[in-house]
Amino acid sequence: MSDNVLFEIKDLHKSFGNTEVLKGINETIRRGDVVSIIGPSGSGKSTFIRCLNLLEEPTSGSIIFEGQDITKRGFDVNRHRQKVGMVFQQFNLFNNLNVLENLTISQEKVKKVSHGEAEKRALELLKRVGLSDKADAYPSQLSGGQKQRVAIARSLAMEPDVMLFDEPTSALDPEMVGEVLNVIKDLADDGITMVVVTHEMGFAKKVANRVLFMDEGMILEEGSPEDIFDDPQNPRTKEFLSKVINVI
Amino acid sequence: MNIYEIFLDYYQYFLRGTRTTIVVALLTVLLGSVLGCVISLLRLSKFKPFNLFAKLYITVIRGTPMLVQLYIVYYQLDFIPYPQGSFLGVSLDRVIPCIIALSINSAAYIAEVIRAGIQAVDLGQTEAARSCGMTSGQAMRYVIMPQAVKNILPAIGNEFVTMVKETAIIQYLGVSDLMYNNGIVVTATYNPLPCYYISAIIYLALNICLGKGLNIFERRLQKSER
Repeated sequence: MSDNVLFEIKDLHKSFGNTEVLKGINETIRRGDVVSIIGPSGSGKSTFIRCLNLLEEPTSGSIIFEGQDITKRGFDVNRHRQKVGMVFQQFNLFNNLNVLENLTISQEKVKKVSHGEAEKRALELLKRVGLSDKADAYPSQLSGGQKQRVAIARSLAMEPDVMLFDEPTSALDPEMVGEVLNVIKDLADDGITMVVVTHEMGFAKKVANRVLFMDEGMILEEGSPEDIFDDPQNPRTKEFLSKVINVI
Repeated sequence: MNIYEIFLDYYQYFLRGTRTTIVVALLTVLLGSVLGCVISLLRLSKFKPFNLFAKLYITVIRGTPMLVQLYIVYYQLDFIPYPQGSFLGVSLDRVIPCIIALSINSAAYIAEVIRAGIQAVDLGQTEAARSCGMTSGQAMRYVIMPQAVKNILPAIGNEFVTMVKETAIIQYLGVSDLMYNNGIVVTATYNPLPCYYISAIIYLALNICLGKGLNIFERRLQKSER
């Protein structure tokens, strides 16, 4: 296995009760990849990326991350999650903490970074997402787009090896989608590895270097954005794309 | 004799009783809260036996009358060598079982209040905290509990107020609380109605003070948040 491989996913299955949501996913994610996952709702996209940081425990199959099987018993989940940033659809900022504390708490409590250093890094990141003036604000005082940018900065504060985005713009008002996508695009340009579940086809097309199409718990098609959007092979992909593109 | 005269003649009985009621209520609220925290943690634990024990405890305590619990604790724990003597005019070997019984009772209710408060915090908060690499303990301490407290406080205030009133049953074990002294005055004056009015006013006053105190505490907490 080459050093470039970050995630090696083999025959991943996940069931909730009797419902099988993931039916055998095989996928490799390399360093520097920007992978977009598209597909209809209920296709298992979110469950798939939630398996990557073990918010969902896979039913069977294996996920090798940097050479270690993370599905093995006794694997240090908390260490793994430090290296895998996660951004949620609903932002999930810590409501009891202000913006700056949202960015420093995990650095201080989990990575044991000193308070001064954590704050310095937090302020740099806030500057990067354009929210330096909001350091003292509480989440309830921010707009959706601002919340999501803070959430992205919070994940970056842990200096992860890969960032997972679970429909980062789906809960936003339309006029705020752009500011968040721009931040994510900047990260992609900086070479940060990321996996993005998204309904923003334009974004998937422009930013990703690989696009996965998922339906009914399987990856039905994958390829470069050009392959998937301009010349889809699978009939389900065609059908899905014709539906979402026609809307625009 | 009207209510005024009764109070003027017998006020030292009412005051003595009130003192006991306050001491018992305070100790019960304190002990009940500590025990309630423990029970709620057991209830939320993923370790099955803990969880089952807590469920059983809550079911039994909520499903039986407090007076029965009081007697059971008193007779069941009679092997404990309680310290002799008296504290503020109350004999310890009687008042201690009362405090134990009331605490056991209020702990069940407080545990449910705490559990509900914790579970009312959005699951996304836990997921976000865990995604940053926090252990479940760290997530609880730095993210979940600070938010849960705001849900818990109003309901727990309710429980405290209930507890102050429920202490009235300890008269059945001969502890000279407010109701016990109320009985003495009734017997002495043959005029029950004014006595009960006096006691009602005293309980009401205690609970109004308690409510005000809790309000101040709640407001202070909210200020630190925003």
